[in-house]
Amino acid sequence: MYRYDQFDRSFVAARVAEFRDQVQRRLSGELTEDQFKPLRLMNGVYLQLHAYMLRIAIPYGVLSGRQLRKLAHIGRVYDRSSGHFTTRQNLQFNWVRLADIPDILSELAEVEMHAIQTSGNCIRNVTADHFAGAAADETVDPRPYAELLRQWSSLHPEFTFLPRKFKLAVTGAAVDRAAIQVHDIGLEVKRNERGEIGFAVYVGGGQGRTPMIAKKLRDFLPERDLLAYCEAILRVYNLEGRRDNKYKARIKILVHEKGLEEIAASVEAEFAARPVATANLGEAEIARIAAYFAPPKFASLPARSSVLDAAQAKDSALQRFVARNVSAHKAPGYGVVTVSLKPIGGIPGDATSDQMDALADIAERWSFDELRVSHAQNIVLPHVRLDDLPQVHAALAAAGLATPNDGLVTDIIACPGLDYCALANARSIPVAQEISQRFADLDRQNAIGELKLKISGCINACGHHHVGHIGILGVDRQGEEFYQITLGGAEGADCAIGELVGPGFAADKITDAVETLVETYLKLRRDPGERFLDAYRRVGLGPFQEALYADA
Amino acid sequence: MPTLETELYRGGRFVADDAVYVADGEPLPANALALVSKKRYLAEREVLDAWQGRLGLALETADTLDGLEGTLDRFATIVLRFARYADGRPYSLAHRLRHRLGYRGELRAAGDVLQDQIVFMLRGGFDALEIAHAGTRAALRANRIVVVPTRGTAPVVQSLAAAE
Repeated sequence: MYRYDQFDRSFVAARVAEFRDQVQRRLSGELTEDQFKPLRLMNGVYLQLHAYMLRIAIPYGVLSGRQLRKLAHIGRVYDRSSGHFTTRQNLQFNWVRLADIPDILSELAEVEMHAIQTSGNCIRNVTADHFAGAAADETVDPRPYAELLRQWSSLHPEFTFLPRKFKLAVTGAAVDRAAIQVHDIGLEVKRNERGEIGFAVYVGGGQGRTPMIAKKLRDFLPERDLLAYCEAILRVYNLEGRRDNKYKARIKILVHEKGLEEIAASVEAEFAARPVATANLGEAEIARIAAYFAPPKFASLPARSSVLDAAQAKDSALQRFVARNVSAHKAPGYGVVTVSLKPIGGIPGDATSDQMDALADIAERWSFDELRVSHAQNIVLPHVRLDDLPQVHAALAAAGLATPNDGLVTDIIACPGLDYCALANARSIPVAQEISQRFADLDRQNAIGELKLKISGCINACGHHHVGHIGILGVDRQGEEFYQITLGGAEGADCAIGELVGPGFAADKITDAVETLVETYLKLRRDPGERFLDAYRRVGLGPFQEALYADA
Repeated sequence: MPTLETELYRGGRFVADDAVYVADGEPLPANALALVSKKRYLAEREVLDAWQGRLGLALETADTLDGLEGTLDRFATIVLRFARYADGRPYSLAHRLRHRLGYRGELRAAGDVLQDQIVFMLRGGFDALEIAHAGTRAALRANRIVVVPTRGTAPVVQSLAAAE
């Protein structure tokens, strides 16, 4: 993984000192909350309903055991012995004290982490495919480019006060696990017929109250032009993006209002006028960064593991886990393990400090000391020998982390909702918990198959409900929590925004409604291979509406 | 909008400044740096270009650079006003002035110029800062600006270290 150089270290240390000074000025009353707010937001400090919340950047979701152990420690000392992994591959602590935050940032700096740009109208943490460098279907490892973008965008002097926040995502596989089409800029690293590396560049995607699928600006931007081209997009956005209404300030609105052609013309003109000094990303610099992401020394192994086969034959829990939570690795004899943070009835994305320590141990021993945070709020062990899976499974089970539900109906994405968030209209977590309990039976979940259920507690859509196969949106209806359902959303290469199915449901009826949808699907699917999303795309809203509102 | 109480910070120290904002329609001062709006400059371009005195251009946050191509060497300074520090358009205007329009003269930040954004402004290509905020002036005088370094821009660190 990337290691800080002297520059990164002094940068983060100076930033901690700066924020310590700002917190001092706030605590002494020299700064009012209004004056302090943009400063704390630039350091990932939010004020929620009950306490300050600190959001820590996990660049493109990559963690080492040492870093995760530090997060566990911070959770134990400064929070309630747990942390919450988010849909942007970050980690949030929900119960920290403002006066402690400079110390927390100092501790993070010890393990090359920080909370810079996890908030505010700037370029946020760059996200990437959580299977990067491991997946069998990968064309090019996206992490070196995500790291180059991270360095370029860190405290970029020109782009720290944008009209609104700005999110980049990078994938290096045709199967898009990074949801690039719902980001402000989405990048697909690819190779052309001559084997050269370049990027498909998408712009103007996003969720929130006006969901939009990104439009393609370039099909193959040469590798060397990555930063200069992103800079051109950002400059056009910084100058032309709307600042009169925060709900219309994202680049998706600019692209929508001006049209792709006009935006493309502005960006290309800006790009063509780029100064010589920033024109090219040098080959040497790309190679230098890429070297940090060289693959670990995989052993030469047969593709099948007789050890694993024998263990599975005797252990149905292991068999279920392997079938559901282990994905194909590029190296024979290895697998990519998804560790679900969605135990039945749990809070999606939460992990205790003890669990984080256990994961750090497991990663160090069995996954080349690498972990990833996925945007589905799970943890990934990217490089596990198939021979070791029985031991890894046992260690995960001992830590309460072996839930075999990756991609199933209980693998729910949910925002913190009204339990924590000052913006929320309704609670998300209890809805997720009740649905999870209703579908607890693993045989039933497996019979239903892949079903992505996503819950947001308000229109800002942090729970990604727009791209859920089933999306649930909490709204406030005259002081009462109501839940609207959308169907048919998808976040990958077949990206789609879900359609509203009809009037919302009260909190005590929403789980029944989900069950009705699932039962309807099971009755109408052609065969078990036809996923919920496929079936919906074939039959449309009609049968689901009839089932939901038959009695109305 | 002539003068709130401001001081000019340039090259790591506070310096004397004789710039005067001249409202549209008002006569130009004889012995001062006259700052005029874009509207006035474009309307009176021939007269102003022929004028012998020192002339500067004062751009508002929402101004574009359209119509200014090829004229910029006329100006002793170009002022970019931050209406609110959180409105970052002047940073991109500064970049375009330098790199797209080839302006080589002084770039000056004015308006909501505050302690916590000064490093961005200096790194973003501003040469001089017009500072109205007393706390910010005090912080600069006491060398209390924490400089967060950035790749390949050591000079900013030096200029601030040299402030006292």
